[in-house]
Amino acid sequence: MTVPIAYYLVLSAILFSIGVGAFLVKRNIITIFMSIELMLNAVNLAFVAFSHQRHEVSGQLFVFFVMVVAAAEAAVGLAIIIAIFRARNTLNVDQVDLMKL
Amino acid sequence: MNPQLLRILPEVILTVTGVLIMLIDPIMPRAATRKSMGWLAVLGTLLALFASIQQLHLAPGTAYFNTVQTDAFSGFFHILIAGIVLTSLLVTLDTVTNDQENLGELFALTIFGAVGSMLMTSAVELLLIFIALEISSISSYILAGFRRHSAKGPESSIKYFLLGSFATAFFLYGIALVFGATGTTRIGLIAAQLPGSTTPLIATLGVGMILIGLGFKVSAAPFHVWTPDTYEGAPSPIVGMMSTAPKAAAFAVLLRILFVSFPTLYAHWQPLVWWMAVLSMTIGNLGALKQRNVKRMLAYSSIANAGYLLVGFTALSTDGVAAAAFYTVTYAAMNVGIFAVISHVGGYEDRLTTVQDYRGLGYRSPLMGGAMAFFLISLIGIPFTGGFFGKFYVFAAALHSGLVWLAIIGLINSGVAAFYYLRLLAAIYSKPSENMPLEQMPRIQISMLFALLLTVVSTLMLGIMPGRVLSAARAASLTFGIQGSSMTTAHPPMLDVETKATVVQ
Repeated sequence: MTVPIAYYLVLSAILFSIGVGAFLVKRNIITIFMSIELMLNAVNLAFVAFSHQRHEVSGQLFVFFVMVVAAAEAAVGLAIIIAIFRARNTLNVDQVDLMKL
Repeated sequence: MNPQLLRILPEVILTVTGVLIMLIDPIMPRAATRKSMGWLAVLGTLLALFASIQQLHLAPGTAYFNTVQTDAFSGFFHILIAGIVLTSLLVTLDTVTNDQENLGELFALTIFGAVGSMLMTSAVELLLIFIALEISSISSYILAGFRRHSAKGPESSIKYFLLGSFATAFFLYGIALVFGATGTTRIGLIAAQLPGSTTPLIATLGVGMILIGLGFKVSAAPFHVWTPDTYEGAPSPIVGMMSTAPKAAAFAVLLRILFVSFPTLYAHWQPLVWWMAVLSMTIGNLGALKQRNVKRMLAYSSIANAGYLLVGFTALSTDGVAAAAFYTVTYAAMNVGIFAVISHVGGYEDRLTTVQDYRGLGYRSPLMGGAMAFFLISLIGIPFTGGFFGKFYVFAAALHSGLVWLAIIGLINSGVAAFYYLRLLAAIYSKPSENMPLEQMPRIQISMLFALLLTVVSTLMLGIMPGRVLSAARAASLTFGIQGSSMTTAHPPMLDVETKATVVQ
């Protein structure tokens, strides 16, 4: 038997929501960054599911580009995180608050 | 030359320039100044500007498997972005010292950011838009934290990076949903697939997600929280570019997606944009009122300006698009200009921060003080400056589409905005206090003169004879072929205004 397409989409939505929730709740910059990666992977799942449903390969192509860009983003992001650790000696977002609204 | 290549020629020129800078930079002797790299970047941008102008003479069309489209719309924003980047490079050349750290990379990243921004405006495939958006964003993330030894630099960068990536995820999820509903990621094809879609709810959700994602990028409320912190911590010449070029590109993408792909879902996205416009204007202006730091104040002002621009979006009309396109130009001219002044008097390390620090600037440096006063007057929206016509057309388009309340809220907001701009204006022309050291102003270099000339003249020209830019904006808006627009009437409101304006003169 085959798994209905809706299951994949619901899983993708749940993963995305967990990512959003973690982004808002977590206080460590690395964990926040990981939650963004989770959101991106939820998107990838949705793309693959839709691509399979519609027999369109362009959705799967999109996934490759998302992964490439996520890698580029990770490279830059981790460099920025290192810079902030050097400047502040902490990765807690509550202590990176020199500038306030 | 390959006709396809002509359609991405400005981007190709800029990419080659950026790569060249990255290659030459490490071979140069360690002690040598990298300012020559800046002039190379200026040269590349000039060539790209020229190539963009040449693109206007091409017949509108697509290239590279229908992913890139050059037309009056893409040409308009290409020229605008090239102009912004050119001016910002000149400002950077004036602001940085000869032995500035990583100077070559600063210029290269500015150029790469320009490539992304330009590509965003000519891409008509969501995949390419996403890649272009990321090219532009990732360059901006690094540029925001360029003063990495200061305490605020990395903080500015990390806030921008985290919220920017968060927004990208939303944007992508929106694209995935739209792809699921329509089976295509080509902007031009989505509209045709939409009526036959069996899952219109998914498409609507997708539009909402895309709106959230791009809302972050243009710093529209309630997605604006990163803006003040990022602008405060980033080097001033970079802020001038960051607050205009990628934003103009993001607005162009938003216009294309909303007006070409989803005109049929107007009833769903219009209220969202309406609220985003109202919130941006109100939060931006009220937030700016209580700021003491000039860069933070201008950051809130840029949020408010994103709101004015969104007013143009809410009217589904050719006039609305033209007004929005025109507004991006006026805002770019005055904002790049005011940040040029801030960069010069404050320097790379931000010697002047608060409104109090600017006391007596008009006496210490009449040229800089005068230019800043002029840009502030334009930001307030006083007639005979670009800011006046920008606001005027946007609100006229809203009124013409029957959005009376939106126009009223906008006008009230313009009044509130005048208050904090005037406070800075008053500071510039008040006598400096006795106990404050009258430090010597840095010498004005030729590049800064050029940058000031460019921004002052364009702000002035937009205010006294907006005709040419306006007709370019109208030509750009016509590429969308919006049905039921006011273009069918004999006298569009804008032309009326223009003739009246010339009569007044």
